[in-house]
Amino acid sequence: MPDDLNWAIGGEAGDGIDSTGKIFAQALSRAGRHVFTSKDFASRIRGGYTAYKVRTAVDRVESVVDRLDILIALTERTVDENMDELHDDSVIIFDGERTMMKDFEAPGEMTGLDVPLKRLAEEAGGAIVRNIVALGAACEVAGFPIENLDEALEKRFSDKGSAIVDTNKEAARLGQEYVQDEYELPIDYALETTDNDYVLLNGDEAIGMGAIAAGCRFYSGYPITPATDVMEYLTGRVDRYGGKVVQAEDELSAINMALGAARAGARSMTATSGPGIDLMTETFGLIAQTETPLVICDVMRSGPSTGMPTKQEQGDLNMTLYGGHGEIPRFVLAPTTVAECFHKTIEAFNLAEKYQTPVFLVSDLAMAVTEQTYEPEQFDMDAVEIERGRVVGEDDVEEWTNEKDQFTPHAATDDGVSPRTFPGVEGGAHMTTGLEHDELGRRTEEEEIRVEQVDKRQRKVETALEREDWSPREFGDPDSDSLVISWGSNEGAMLEAIDILEDEGVDVRFLSCPYIFPREDLAEDIRDADEVIVVECNATGQWADVLEHDALERVKRINKYTGVRFKADELAERVKQELAGETAEVEAE
Amino acid sequence: MSSDIRFTDFKSDAQPTWCPGCGDFGTMNGMMKALANTGNDPDNTFVVAGIGCSGKIGTYMHSYALHGVHGRALPVGIGVKMANPNLEVMVAGGDGDGYSIGAGHFVHAVRRNVDMSYIVMDNRIYGLTKGQFSPTSREDFETSTSPEGTKQQPVNPLALALSAGGTFIAQSFSSDAQRHAEIVQQAIEHDGFGFVNVYSPCVTFNDVDTYDYFRDTIVDLEDTDHDPTDYDDAKEKILDADKEYQGVIYQDESSVGFEEREGITESMADIPDGAPDDAMDLVREFY
Repeated sequence: MPDDLNWAIGGEAGDGIDSTGKIFAQALSRAGRHVFTSKDFASRIRGGYTAYKVRTAVDRVESVVDRLDILIALTERTVDENMDELHDDSVIIFDGERTMMKDFEAPGEMTGLDVPLKRLAEEAGGAIVRNIVALGAACEVAGFPIENLDEALEKRFSDKGSAIVDTNKEAARLGQEYVQDEYELPIDYALETTDNDYVLLNGDEAIGMGAIAAGCRFYSGYPITPATDVMEYLTGRVDRYGGKVVQAEDELSAINMALGAARAGARSMTATSGPGIDLMTETFGLIAQTETPLVICDVMRSGPSTGMPTKQEQGDLNMTLYGGHGEIPRFVLAPTTVAECFHKTIEAFNLAEKYQTPVFLVSDLAMAVTEQTYEPEQFDMDAVEIERGRVVGEDDVEEWTNEKDQFTPHAATDDGVSPRTFPGVEGGAHMTTGLEHDELGRRTEEEEIRVEQVDKRQRKVETALEREDWSPREFGDPDSDSLVISWGSNEGAMLEAIDILEDEGVDVRFLSCPYIFPREDLAEDIRDADEVIVVECNATGQWADVLEHDALERVKRINKYTGVRFKADELAERVKQELAGETAEVEAE
Repeated sequence: MSSDIRFTDFKSDAQPTWCPGCGDFGTMNGMMKALANTGNDPDNTFVVAGIGCSGKIGTYMHSYALHGVHGRALPVGIGVKMANPNLEVMVAGGDGDGYSIGAGHFVHAVRRNVDMSYIVMDNRIYGLTKGQFSPTSREDFETSTSPEGTKQQPVNPLALALSAGGTFIAQSFSSDAQRHAEIVQQAIEHDGFGFVNVYSPCVTFNDVDTYDYFRDTIVDLEDTDHDPTDYDDAKEKILDADKEYQGVIYQDESSVGFEEREGITESMADIPDGAPDDAMDLVREFY
């Protein structure tokens, strides 16, 4: 485990928690420290409880942990909500002059720092900079040079003028000096800085950036937590490259607009979350049947129905894998980290066009709201290759016409991939339909043609399985008899869990699977291992079911469906218990 | 684009399976004539068809075409036009597709005002499922699913379009071949969403809204002093439930297509074979 510090600011929605937390995260990132953030938030605009948490270390951090060292608590509830993570050495910064905090006392052995946030803010220029006073105070506690905060404040407020920037800087300084002057601190933190340059971004932003890198030109969507950031990222930015984002009237429309744009030849995508995927399911079959390249992103949240809109879950695996009536050939990709959200998006666009299929990009809330630091080289734009598949232009359209000069958009080729013309290409005019059709795209119910077309569409999956790399990401001890398998965003927590387990003398082999379908056959790996544990954030073990089916062997399961992602220390403990043959009772608390 | 395009170039060699006498034959012929008359050819035309008898039109015409999910033809057409504004996009469907399952999209397509045309074959009946009432069926219309009448008000699609901010609202009759083609042509030429509700009789399942009925009742606005640019005049005609009008009822001549207002001028199909040259700037934004 890295030598980390865990920090949080919490209060009510509307308190500016998010933007304050982000400023601190950016300050740490600019100072060359790694950052991994998380959010506790509710589906409301004001009130309730919300928190922004930052875990930081000089080494990479890949997960949240069950420990909170410094907490800025704007409300008493913030402390109550985090009692499990707070410990005797925790420091709580609060404003005792705030009516609702006036009787507050730090619980147990914890250190409470009563800082008159509002009063100092007014001194600096206005009550609005109250949170920045708290940030200054937190910098003093953390032993983090306040100059780093100045830089982040400039980035955040420079477009509002230098007076605003100066007020914020002054507020931070007053907070810092107050703690310096008034308190003897229990722990002498000294956050080391480095010369490294990191970028700080979340999974939705990484998907949006990946889409632009991949040549996406059209996006249509309907706002929904936690996928909206993809749409907001692309709005305005994709325009610079001749593209456009359209906010549709609903998800039914969004996916059909994206389909239309793809038929016109644009690289096209839509993104949504569970309730939106339900609506879009109607069109999955049409996309596959018309062999239209389309990227459909599902940023999963807790279901079913409206479920817990701001909570984590990996409950849509079956939905994306099997959703829709009939049998629909498709690809399902599940990025395993924030950076992989970028890479898998590019891959999704290439696969969609090479094989003319719907490609599901299944991310989740944990990645969508996590801001994580990376070396900028991790997003190597020079390495991006655009592969458009069997696109046919005016020069070669004749090769793909029948004896009546009719273009054959669904020609039953050996590899299953048919030629594709963009509207406007002379001699390429053709129709296509969601009805079963012949190679001209015209309706048929003839048995022979039906079978030929079904086989040809399935053949694309077989071709892709042969031509592309579908292997999982492997970590841990390759020779261990204990095999842990997970999919999607659990990779980070498991990576740190491996370190914790190693320290305790437990070695495991870990396969992190970004490919849900097609996928590498893990049957042999599962049979060869003594113990197999499948980790996922859902109640029933959807990935475990798939793997059991593949391997014809039972696996153990670690499931979490509280709405909160796995934490590294918690996951290490549960893996240890499973290996020892104990059934964890964590969910029952 | 060649200049010697004839309307038969838009005809495919597939044999229509519509009932003999179906209004959709006339509707389709007018669409093909209007497309040819406006200088389009099959290779730059995209037809999107809905589900139902009318939805078969994509097969019988020759152009780029997609026959999609019930009720979602308009969003598909919008996507096509946004991604390539140089294409002529025509969406065709029936009253069930457009005013029932797709009514939500209709309203939003009208107000979004993308430069395309929308031709609805309104026969006031569900034909392909063999005779159930449709959203435009009369209140007392008896069908297999409304044995004592629908007991519901029929949708007034023209009023729906007007209230949603429609910029081109017209109505035609499939059997009046010349006027129908002219009206569709005007819809194509309109810069914005050109909506034409076409009376396209079902000879098999609707014995009320027949050719004879429309021939006897229809009033051609060309024969009146109607001014389609006069909003109030248009409103009065649209809300007049006692008359069946043919012609352009309302047109906002200042209309500009949504895609143009959004600054889209080129096809989005062409992209480089790698990330954009300045793509590392996108990464640096996250410093």
